[in-house]
Amino acid sequence: MSTETAQASRIHVSVSPHIRSSASTTRIMLDVCIALLPPSIAGIVAFGYRAALVLVMAVASCVLTEFLFEKITRRPVTVGDLSAVVTGLILGLNLPSTVPFWIPVLGGVFAILIVKMFFGGLGQNFMNPALAARCFLLISFAKIMTTFPATFRVLFSTSALTEATPLAIIREGGEINVVEMLFDLHNGCIGEVSVVCILLGFIYLLVRKVITPLIPCVYVASTVAFVVLFQLIGGNAAMLTSSYLVAQVCGGGLLLGACFMANDYVTSPMSALGCAIYAVLLGLLTSIFRVFGTSSEGVSYAIIIGNCIVPLIDRVTLPRPFGREKREKKGGAA
Amino acid sequence: MSLTFLRGGIHPPAHKDSTELEPIRDIEPGEVLFFPLSQHIGAPSVPVVAAGDTVRMGDRIADAAGFVSVPIHSSVSGTVVAIRPHMTLKGEPETCIEISNDGLYTPAEGYGEPRDPGSMTPDEIRNAIRDAGIVGLGGAGFPMHVKLAVKEPDTIDYLICNASECEPYLTSDARLMLERTADLVRGLGYLKTLFPKAKCLVGVEDNKPACIEALKKESGDVCEIVPLKARYPQGGERMLIQALTGRRLNSSLLPAQVGCVVVNVASVLAALDALEKNIPLIRKVMTVTGDAVNTPCNVRVSTGDLYSHVAEAAGGFSVTPEKMISGGPMMGIAMFTLDIPVVKTSASILALTKDPVAKKDMSPCIRCGACMQACPERLVPQYLALLSDRNNFELFERYGGMECIECGSCAYVCPAKRPLVQSMRYGRRETGALIRARKAAAQKAAGEGGKA
Repeated sequence: MSTETAQASRIHVSVSPHIRSSASTTRIMLDVCIALLPPSIAGIVAFGYRAALVLVMAVASCVLTEFLFEKITRRPVTVGDLSAVVTGLILGLNLPSTVPFWIPVLGGVFAILIVKMFFGGLGQNFMNPALAARCFLLISFAKIMTTFPATFRVLFSTSALTEATPLAIIREGGEINVVEMLFDLHNGCIGEVSVVCILLGFIYLLVRKVITPLIPCVYVASTVAFVVLFQLIGGNAAMLTSSYLVAQVCGGGLLLGACFMANDYVTSPMSALGCAIYAVLLGLLTSIFRVFGTSSEGVSYAIIIGNCIVPLIDRVTLPRPFGREKREKKGGAA
Repeated sequence: MSLTFLRGGIHPPAHKDSTELEPIRDIEPGEVLFFPLSQHIGAPSVPVVAAGDTVRMGDRIADAAGFVSVPIHSSVSGTVVAIRPHMTLKGEPETCIEISNDGLYTPAEGYGEPRDPGSMTPDEIRNAIRDAGIVGLGGAGFPMHVKLAVKEPDTIDYLICNASECEPYLTSDARLMLERTADLVRGLGYLKTLFPKAKCLVGVEDNKPACIEALKKESGDVCEIVPLKARYPQGGERMLIQALTGRRLNSSLLPAQVGCVVVNVASVLAALDALEKNIPLIRKVMTVTGDAVNTPCNVRVSTGDLYSHVAEAAGGFSVTPEKMISGGPMMGIAMFTLDIPVVKTSASILALTKDPVAKKDMSPCIRCGACMQACPERLVPQYLALLSDRNNFELFERYGGMECIECGSCAYVCPAKRPLVQSMRYGRRETGALIRARKAAAQKAAGEGGKA
C-alpha cells in the first residue's frame, strides 16, 4: 500500500520511548498472591476450613470495600489490579484462625477505606494497609486477636501441642524443638505456621525479581542482633540458647513480615541504602517490642512505625546523580 | 570481556536481524526537495540563494550564521522554487529552501575533486569539515568543527568513535562499519592528527561481532577497537565515556573538559568524504524497518528528500502502520505525517503496525523503584516526574532533574506505564528556562554592580 494511505489513516503520536517492557502492576500483584499461596495452604492444613474462611472473608472485604468506595465516589474501579487481594490475603494471614468472621471483615474495611482509599488509593498509603488494620484490631480486640486454637494438625511432631505460640513459650522460659520449629507446623496466626512455606513464597518472589533480598535479610539479621544485645545488657545471657534464637526468627510474625510486608513497595524506601537503614530500624523496634514489651509479638507495630519514617529516610538517602557524586566546590562549574 | 557503564540500563529486544545483513542501497531523490534552515544545534543557517536560482549538486544554498552553525548544501541540481515554511520533523512548519530536482545531478565546481588531507593543517581540516556542513550524525546534530575546535588540543587524551548503535532496530552504523571499514579507520586517522596526545578508541557493542572483527583487521595502530556490552543506553555520550575511560561527565561538563572528543561513525565517514573528495554532507544512510514495511533495509538517501518518498522507494508499507518513528524506538520522534524532509540527523523510518504505548492506560506509581534501578544517570525518575507534574522546578533542579538524558529506560521498565520521559522533558524545559533567566539576571546585576 502507498504511503499516502498510511498518512490518511490513524497515526499515533506520543513521546518516546515507543516500546515498553511487559512488566505490569497487575502481574506484580499476581506474583505476590502466588507467593502467598504456600503460607496460606500451610495455615489451612494446620487449622482446617476455618482458616480458609478467614482468608476468604478478609480478601472479599478488601475487594468489596475498594469496589464500593470507587462506585460511590464515582472513580474508575481499580480492583482488577489485584492490590486489594494482596492486602486482604496479608490481613487474613495475620489473624488467628479462631477469630469471629466480623474481625476480618472489619479489618478489611479499615485497611482499604481508612488506610488506603482515604489517603489517595494505590501507591499513596503511608502505612501498609493490612498491618495498620491488624494493629487496629490488636489494640481494640486484644483477647480475640491473641487467642490461638488449642489443637491444630501437625505433620510429624511428637511433642505435645500447646495453645501457646513459640514466642510465648520461650518468653516463659520454655524450650522448643528446633527441628520441628523449622520443618513442621507451629501455632500462631494463619500465615505463620510454616517456615518452609514462607521461604518458598519468598524464593518465588526473588526468582520473579519482584523483590530483592536486602530488606528481609537485614531485617531478620538485625532483629537477632538487637535481641542478643538487649539480653546481654540485661544480664540474661543464659536465655540465649539455640532454641531461643530459632524461636525468635521462625516464631511469630518475623519471617512473614520480613518476606512479604516490610518490603512492600509503597511503604518502603527507594534506594538500597535507604532500605538497609529502614530494615535495621525495623529490627531495632521489633527486638525492643519483643524483649521489653508486654506482648511477645512486635513485628506489625515495628513495620507500621517504620513505614512512617520512610519519607524521611528517602529524603536523606536520595542517590547523587551520575557524574555529581563528589560534592561540588563552591564557585565551581554549576 | 566487554566493557560497560556502571549503573542502570535495560535490554530491550534488538530487532536488528531483519536489516543488519542487507547491503546499503542508493535511493534516487524525488522531484521536489526541502532543506530546513535549522538542521543542527546552533543558529539556523542563512539562505544564499533566492527563488528562481539554478543550483548544482553540492552547491552551498545556506551559510553558517556564526561559529556554532554550519552551511547547508543542495543534494541535487535544479532550480530553487521558493523559500517558505514546510512541515519538518519537529512537528511544526519551518523555513525550508524548496528545490525542484532536474534529475541531472550536475556537480558543483570542485565537487568530488580528490584532495590530500595528510597535507592539511588542523585549521584547514576543521574549516573543510565546517564548509561541508558536517554535524554530529548520532542524533543531536552538534556542529562537528566546534567539537573539534578544542582550545588546548594537548589536553585531549581520547578520541572516541561512538560505534555502539544501542537503539533497537537501527543498523545503519553497523552496515557502514562493514562496508566502509578502511574508510572509517582512515577518517579517524585524520581526525586524530588534531589531537597530538589522543588515543583513539572505537566502542562497538558486542552484539555486532562482524563489525568488531572487520574493524580489528583494519585498525592497525590508528585506533583500538573496544567491545562493549550490548546494553541500552551504551551509546549515550556519558555512558560511553565512562565505560571506555572511567571518566564521569555531568550536564555541566563538555566531553573536552574530561579530555574526550566523541564522534559518531557516520560523522567520521562524512568528514572523510569532505576531506578526501570535497563532498559536502548531502547523503545519509537510513534504516527503513519495522513490521509494517515490505522490505526492511538500509538506504543511502539525499538530504531534503521527503520521508514519504524514501519509504516508497525503499519498498513501501505492507500494512497501515499505527506508529511511524524517525529514529530508534527508545528516543526517536513519532511522526504524524511523512510529508517532511530528510535532514542531516535523520536516522531511520521505523513503521510499526501496533503501537503499544500511546493509548496505554497508566496506573498509579507503586514506588517499586524499577525506574531508579534502570536510570543510567542514577536519578529517581518517579520522584522527579512527580515534581515536574507539580511544577516544582526548584526541587526538580536540586534533585538532579537536569542530568536526565531522556534515554527512556525508566518509562520502558515502569510497570504502571507512566509517561516518565514526558514529565521529565517538560520539567527539563521549564527548569532550563528558569536557570537561563536566573543566569541572565545575575549577569545583569553583576554588570550594574561594576558600573556603580
